[in-house]
Amino acid sequence: MSLSSLSGRTWEKGNSIHSTTRGVYTIKTEQLIKGVLKNDRRLIAKTITLIENNTQEARKAVSLLYPHAGKAHIIGITGPPGSGKSTLIEKMAKELREDGKSVGIVAVDPTSPFTGGAFLGDRVRMQDLSTDEGVFIRSMATRNNPGALARATKDVVKVLDASGKDVVMIETVGAGQSEVDIIKIAQTTVVVLAPGLGDDIQAIKAGIMEIGDIFVVNKADQENVNRTVSDIEAMLNMNPEGKWRPPVVKTTALTGEGTSQLLDRISEHRQYLKSGALGMQRRRMVETELVEAIREKATESIVDHLKRKGRLDEIVDEILLRKTDPYTAADRLLAERLRAA
Amino acid sequence: MSGEKKIRVVVAKPGLDSHDRGAKVVARAFRDAGMEVIYTGLRQTPEQIVETALQEDADVIALSILSGAHMTLFPRIMKLVREKGLEDVLVFAGGIIPEEDVPALKKIGIAEVFGPGTSTDELVKFVRENVGKGK
Repeated sequence: MSLSSLSGRTWEKGNSIHSTTRGVYTIKTEQLIKGVLKNDRRLIAKTITLIENNTQEARKAVSLLYPHAGKAHIIGITGPPGSGKSTLIEKMAKELREDGKSVGIVAVDPTSPFTGGAFLGDRVRMQDLSTDEGVFIRSMATRNNPGALARATKDVVKVLDASGKDVVMIETVGAGQSEVDIIKIAQTTVVVLAPGLGDDIQAIKAGIMEIGDIFVVNKADQENVNRTVSDIEAMLNMNPEGKWRPPVVKTTALTGEGTSQLLDRISEHRQYLKSGALGMQRRRMVETELVEAIREKATESIVDHLKRKGRLDEIVDEILLRKTDPYTAADRLLAERLRAA
Repeated sequence: MSGEKKIRVVVAKPGLDSHDRGAKVVARAFRDAGMEVIYTGLRQTPEQIVETALQEDADVIALSILSGAHMTLFPRIMKLVREKGLEDVLVFAGGIIPEEDVPALKKIGIAEVFGPGTSTDELVKFVRENVGKGK
């Protein structure tokens, strides 16, 4: 017997769910979102899966969530692999809980480009949080999105935001030098470094060294920590005078040392944003999101149409024969599509 | 629109033994089979395991145990699975589990018990064939 026949609803219109008292049934996206707004953990988890799987219903879910999001403080935690991001997040979450704040965590790890599988291991460092009802942790695979986040990360953050979390922390994939997408989502970006990862030349390079609102030198119990701090300070001193000068904080995530100082700096940054920069930042983020949504929709509409008509292969053949080139073909197709609309 | 459904597996080690080689090999095999593996680490309580499966919306919970405490821990895990409404999650176990205990474990909802020498291919096949069936 199919799931849908049990529920009397069609499989496509609902999202399968199972419960002891009611048997297998499908649940409509509207009901899922109601559950999110009531902070129902199971329905939060189901909604996140729906959004990750990128179906038509996923977009509907995001539209329904949108009016309810925007209250949480969204903190991005990025930095090289092994710098201690997960451990630091656990310690920060514990302190935030002591202050009575609820916390959402989205931890992103890479998908294998070869098999499509992923090993999501960030929870190992966050074990103490897993039974605290004020904390919701979700591991996400990048699903081959380039960079250090998954395509759906920003929308998964909206789910946790709308469920009423005071703070949402996003842990990126261990980032190298140029994965900077986190600033499109996070209001405060924390770059976590550790001693011994590179000299002052690395600190001058463009990329993640430019995106930190706060820099953390973790593993402060190790040698050379002051050298690393002064390399970063020197780099920051070369920046043009701005309103916000990123502070550098020393932490030892393993023992929790420095965590409360870090959280103080984060709330100072929050205050700074509230004093005016937040409006600008929100505008910039929404603009980026809109442009990306247009790009995604436009590409999809053109490519889907071509595939349906079987024309994609035809044009690929033309390009292979050098009768045309990808740019000319794209111009032509775009013009055609716009005329049709 | 490209819908993309992945099998999500929580690999967990309940109880106090610290032998996680097997769990890591299994986790790696599921990863290589294209699944998303959420690895929880050592010394997990039943509450931690089931809450993790709930938050991660897991399709599968794979339990590895070598301590001999399965007859105490597994019933608690399955009770929580039912309480939290996760009956659609496929739960199976591996490790050192005496054969005479297997019928009792199956009765409480452990779908299968795998012993030493099981090939990872067999595990992947088992998950693919049984995931999402509910009980």
